[in-house]
Amino acid sequence: MNDSRRKAERQQLRIWPRSRCAVLVAATLLGGIARTAAAQEPAYFVTYSQALEEPGNLEVEFKGTAASPKNVNGFGGGTLELEYGAKAWWTTELYLSGQTTPADSTLFTGFRWENRFRPLLGDHWINPVAYVEYEDANNADRSFLEVVGNDSVQDLLLTNTQGRSDVEREMELKAILSSNAKGWNFSENFISEKNLSTTESEPWEFGYAVGASRPLAMLAGAKPCVFCREHFAAGAEIYGGLGTTNQFGLRQTSHYLAPTLAWDLPNGPTLRFSPNFGLNDNSMGVLWRVSVSYEIQQAFSRFHRGGKGRL
Amino acid sequence: MRRGGWLCCVTGLAVALAAGAEVNPNVNQDWFQKVPAKDRARVNPYAGNPAAIAAGHRLFEQHCAECHGADLGGTAGKPSLRASVVEQAKDGELFWLLKNGNLRYGMPSWSGLPEPERWEIVAFLRSGPDGQARSAPVNNIR
Repeated sequence: MNDSRRKAERQQLRIWPRSRCAVLVAATLLGGIARTAAAQEPAYFVTYSQALEEPGNLEVEFKGTAASPKNVNGFGGGTLELEYGAKAWWTTELYLSGQTTPADSTLFTGFRWENRFRPLLGDHWINPVAYVEYEDANNADRSFLEVVGNDSVQDLLLTNTQGRSDVEREMELKAILSSNAKGWNFSENFISEKNLSTTESEPWEFGYAVGASRPLAMLAGAKPCVFCREHFAAGAEIYGGLGTTNQFGLRQTSHYLAPTLAWDLPNGPTLRFSPNFGLNDNSMGVLWRVSVSYEIQQAFSRFHRGGKGRL
Repeated sequence: MRRGGWLCCVTGLAVALAAGAEVNPNVNQDWFQKVPAKDRARVNPYAGNPAAIAAGHRLFEQHCAECHGADLGGTAGKPSLRASVVEQAKDGELFWLLKNGNLRYGMPSWSGLPEPERWEIVAFLRSGPDGQARSAPVNNIR
């Protein structure tokens, strides 16, 4: 009895330093969260703009989706995003996605690794951004981070068991064009996606996303506030599929129009909300999106020391 | 190309780009020469405005202080804004830098902030960390 107790205590001692490390890491991250700042990002869910993560900053975001399409099981999707500013011109991002279907099951659906590069080192009328993503996700995925090819509400007829058995490893390329003018942001994305996981040659799939967004106030006030207009941004985006290399165009594709609203809580998270309205019979009626994000400034600077730079 | 090959290509490209672009932040003053004369001559509409300075202070704390320090003195590896190049810069030059950034050397573009907010930050930078007016270049005196 005593032996087993001592053994348990020894095990506890062995485990404790590891858990203490975890607590320290969590505390450091939470310490960082206390110093969060809202990013200067437009209020989009699907469309990408020229805004990259500031170098050294880590943004942790949870994006949720929910819908109850006709004749299909309702579902809720969740994606955890970790976005890191590797350089001022390069942002890298990891996505982990899962979904739950009340009448079916809950499952992890896959991951994505995304990289965005700004080839022009300055601000122009139109700013191009190159986007490269590797995706390993199954067909039960409900994150709807983009719509391409002939994606349709019919795809949701698959049960989770059927969907999870079909894993697609895809490469996605995006050409992002974005402009800031008089407080407005205008962004246009052209999306192309290729399935790499089959030996048969599958066609490239195409899609688009276009958005416009603006803060509700252009000037910051002298006094701190929570509900004032400077912390809100509103916008709208439209996105959908453009067919494939075999059949390029709008035929048998789905499209959505989405007004968006973002609220940057001062020194806190950014909240976003958007109802996405399907524009044709291939689309869901309404897809609801919400997100909450924290930006941790200079997330890893606490772990290194260096000399001061110069302007 | 098989999927492993694609993945290797993408990873290799990313690593090569990152390694190739590592630049010493201590040799970074080229932005100053790039400012077009038209931008250099721009005047801050909020120069000396106490409300704008207070708002600029808040914006600075929110977006800039983590790197440049609450006292503008810089932090580990990040430049001080008390440097002579900033002290002597005109408002239009600082505004241009905020808009364009200096991406190669780690300074992001802040063109996503509305233009009036960027001018408020410039007004604060001119006032110094304590909010007192600093000696301003000639183009700010009105």
